[in-house]
Amino acid sequence: MLTMTGVCALVAVSVLFLILGYLAVHGGASINWNFFTKLPVPVGETGGGLANAILGSAKMLLLASIFGVPIGFFGAIYLAEFSGATTAFVVRYAADLLNGVPSIVIGIFAYSLVVHPFKQYSTLAGGFALALMMIPITLRSTEEFLRGVPNPLREAAMALGASKWKTVATVIVPAAYRGILTAILLAFARVAGETAPLLFTALGNQFWSPGWTQPTASLPVMIYTYALAPYDDWHRQAWAAGLVLLGLILVINIVARAILSRGIAVPRS
Amino acid sequence: MHATVRPALSVNLPPIVTSAAARETSSALSMRMTVSKVNFFYGSKQVLFDMNMGVATNKVTSLIGPSGCGKSTLLRTLNRMHETVRGARLEGEILLDGQNILAQDVTSYRRRVGMVFQRPNPFPKSIFDNVAYGLRINGSKSPISEAVEKSLRHAALWDEVKDHLHKSAYELSGGQQQRLCIARALAVEPEVLLLDEPCSALDPISTAKIEELLVQLKDLCTIVTVTHNMQQAARISDFTAFLLTGQLIEFSPTPQLFTTPGDPRTEAYITGRFG
Repeated sequence: MLTMTGVCALVAVSVLFLILGYLAVHGGASINWNFFTKLPVPVGETGGGLANAILGSAKMLLLASIFGVPIGFFGAIYLAEFSGATTAFVVRYAADLLNGVPSIVIGIFAYSLVVHPFKQYSTLAGGFALALMMIPITLRSTEEFLRGVPNPLREAAMALGASKWKTVATVIVPAAYRGILTAILLAFARVAGETAPLLFTALGNQFWSPGWTQPTASLPVMIYTYALAPYDDWHRQAWAAGLVLLGLILVINIVARAILSRGIAVPRS
Repeated sequence: MHATVRPALSVNLPPIVTSAAARETSSALSMRMTVSKVNFFYGSKQVLFDMNMGVATNKVTSLIGPSGCGKSTLLRTLNRMHETVRGARLEGEILLDGQNILAQDVTSYRRRVGMVFQRPNPFPKSIFDNVAYGLRINGSKSPISEAVEKSLRHAALWDEVKDHLHKSAYELSGGQQQRLCIARALAVEPEVLLLDEPCSALDPISTAKIEELLVQLKDLCTIVTVTHNMQQAARISDFTAFLLTGQLIEFSPTPQLFTTPGDPRTEAYITGRFG
């Protein structure tokens, strides 16, 4: 029995290392300076990169964070500190459902709401779809961390003459900020790898997409397109893009851990 | 033992025993706070019944009684912390310096009546920032570091922490944390300091320090403390109120309440026959 549990644990870990190793071997060879700075080149030509997809992903993640994080964050403050039990239950339940909606459905929704009326795939539409995914993740995890702040701290602040809002701003959020920041980073990492919502909204292309209203390339969609194409050169690019994406997510995770271990934590009692 | 006490409560209660000695003392004392005809409800459940008492200026007043008697609830009404609980309702009148506290702005009122809780609850901030908190949120103009030092000295904590004011408050021991909470409450210079079983989570040595501190602090402000520890009430307080199932049974100068209680239920409680 002990052996079996040990083997299961090993399998779980080795999956991650297999993926990492595979990506490193296949993608590592294709990563060079050009990959980060050049546009894609036509099939047959060598060189070229995915700079447009990197920038496109960055722009859409920026949009998603600008809209998704504040809505999730302030919504969570309302739920954890101000709302009644029934409202909190309903909103929390709805957020959980939204969290469980398959990302492809989010994509179709964003398509019919933003892309279809304007007859235009765009950065905005992609950012919108990703923001929709970030809201429930940020909301639920922020709420959890706010609720984790012990009630005696609220009482202490109020007994000193702090209003409810002042208590939230000067005690509750500071006490929970490390958890909240970590949650936001993990939500960011999660949507950074999403492909399906972008297929219908940002579409992707082989060029720069200045402004916010043109079809926009992104790393996950580029991986999808390149991996399906019958060209060895494109396959190598897809591996490299996969490695970059995974590297980004890994870095975010490490940063999140580092944040969690800093500052003054409320002891669990 | 309970059986001997409970039936007495179901019948109409006799009027509160206030001895001649108590009346004499109270006429000579100025009252910082007055509680009159206070009834208190959580939803439809009444937890305080027709409370009448005074809190003498610059004295220590103790509230004693068995668990659930309403002593903490009464204490919390004194700085309106009951308003943070949904469904809580207060009837009657509470005066601070002759003015109805319920008619005042709650945040500025709470600065005048500080509160220390059962378990030390420092903020996840440095020692300095904990004490400075009340001053900062109130936009105090006085130099903050001087006020912090003064408060820590009053709370008999300065010598222990002066070299690491910027360390986390959680690095202090439980007793030090509780004194830090007292310093935090004192920093806004309240007229009244309320303490809700401040020593119940502490070891005997820390408890002794806090008791000593409270006796010293009464020169600085008026003190009301809730305790389940009768010896503690006897040691530190000038007046003691005995509560039972939401009723004020007896309110007398402390020596009198513990030596010649005027109500048989008080006597039963302080001699350890129930509670």
